[in-house]
Amino acid sequence: MTIITGDDNKNKEDKGFDTELFCDALPKEIAPVSNKTIQKFYNWAQANSLWILAFGTGCGSIEMRPLYTARYDISRFGMAPRPTPRQSSLFIISGYASVKTMKRIIRSYEQMQNPKFVMGLGSCTINGGMYWDSYNTINRLDHYIPVDTYVAGCMPRPEALIAGFEELKKRILAGKAEGANEYAKNFQWYKANQKKIIKDWDMPDYNW
Amino acid sequence: MENIWIKLFYALMSMLLIFNYGMLLAGVVLKIVARVHGRFGPPVWQPYVNLLKVLSVRSAISHGIMFYLGPVFRLAGGIGLFLFMPVVFGSVWLQNFSFSGDLLLVIYFIFFGQLGMALGAAESGHPYSPMGIMRGLAQVSVSEVPFALAVIAIAAQHGTMSITEIVAAQQGGFLHWNMVTNPVATLAGMMAFLGMMMNSPFDLHLAPQEIPVGPPTEYHSTFLGFMQANRAFFASAKLILFMNLFFGGATNIPILVLKTFLLYMVSVFVGVVNPRFKLEDSLRWFIKIPTVTGIIAVLIYTF
Repeated sequence: MTIITGDDNKNKEDKGFDTELFCDALPKEIAPVSNKTIQKFYNWAQANSLWILAFGTGCGSIEMRPLYTARYDISRFGMAPRPTPRQSSLFIISGYASVKTMKRIIRSYEQMQNPKFVMGLGSCTINGGMYWDSYNTINRLDHYIPVDTYVAGCMPRPEALIAGFEELKKRILAGKAEGANEYAKNFQWYKANQKKIIKDWDMPDYNW
Repeated sequence: MENIWIKLFYALMSMLLIFNYGMLLAGVVLKIVARVHGRFGPPVWQPYVNLLKVLSVRSAISHGIMFYLGPVFRLAGGIGLFLFMPVVFGSVWLQNFSFSGDLLLVIYFIFFGQLGMALGAAESGHPYSPMGIMRGLAQVSVSEVPFALAVIAIAAQHGTMSITEIVAAQQGGFLHWNMVTNPVATLAGMMAFLGMMMNSPFDLHLAPQEIPVGPPTEYHSTFLGFMQANRAFFASAKLILFMNLFFGGATNIPILVLKTFLLYMVSVFVGVVNPRFKLEDSLRWFIKIPTVTGIIAVLIYTF
């Protein structure tokens, strides 16, 4: 496990923000454990205990609520909503992502710990959907953060979401869900894309 | 010298037992709550998977030394509480170090973990953490009042502070239990128990929908793993303490499991049917009925 710490506010004036609470050290790729058996065991644990960051970005989040009720009950699969990005491992971008929300999406995504998974819910995250030519929403989510699974539809029903979770689990078990490392590897490309749409960039480049 | 090694080995064994018991208990409770909601719920081994999952997280962020030590203090508090209590009365290997400390030490350990956690969480800098700490410490302090009064009444009744002697005095049928011989103290103790078990209506310091999860908002990966492990130790240690004090202790493991399970169910069932208290309501409630009951319990043994 890699432990990251802040730089104790050394260059507070230069950076313009308090680095005691924000660290602008760039993300690093962290390889999974080398032992294949332990790696598989860890992947199994990751797949069977997915904690969702309950942050509804768009109208699609209305389809996530029934998942927790008696009718669909995703706790059967060991999934649970977590209120904080630090503890979550699955980020569901639910529907359209406006430029204003993208800022929060990026910050929340960066606060999640490696390994982290992203699911795009609804057509809006794939190609913009019905907001394709909107002045204020993004069209392709995976230009801004790495996405593991998409669930197409407008809106996809909770059953479709559960099918999406199953697909995601297959990816995790196969060791293919390495979004966090991909983000660290292509960090400059992702950052350039993000800055292209977010004009009033007033946060650290990478805030943990 | 050999004696202490054997004792250490027994203590490790009993820690292993109680850790697994606490984890399974948490799993069973998740299942029961789900059934009350009309859901299927996660499998009973889900707490183990969750623990493994947080341990398998590859990166962690530290906000400073106290942030790092908070979960360590928490776990030390849970294990410390457990290690100074006799788990099964009369058993050789489930005695722990019960003769080295008494009731006062145990009460101290209940508070110790919370204080360490409060210092650690405060360093994370997240605005929700101090809110959770403030609520949690207020709640724990106020629920400690009826508990301390109940303990004083029990100690006065038996003329000792040793948990083993209190359990020994309760042997020989349920009519000897403090529940029967000292019902007022038991009532005060059980009301304090509701406040200590972190279930509704007294889960205001975690308050998942309001202040995300309170103190542990910033905690993740192995830090969170420590706290999950502590939850297994701490919950079962508190159950054993209450069983020893009021319900005659246990003379074998099946009795231990049965009594602590039923005791936990009291707080779980109160929890699933009650909404959450606000802080001021909770404090007011504790200062009224449980504290007055505790004072009456002490007065009975004064005169």
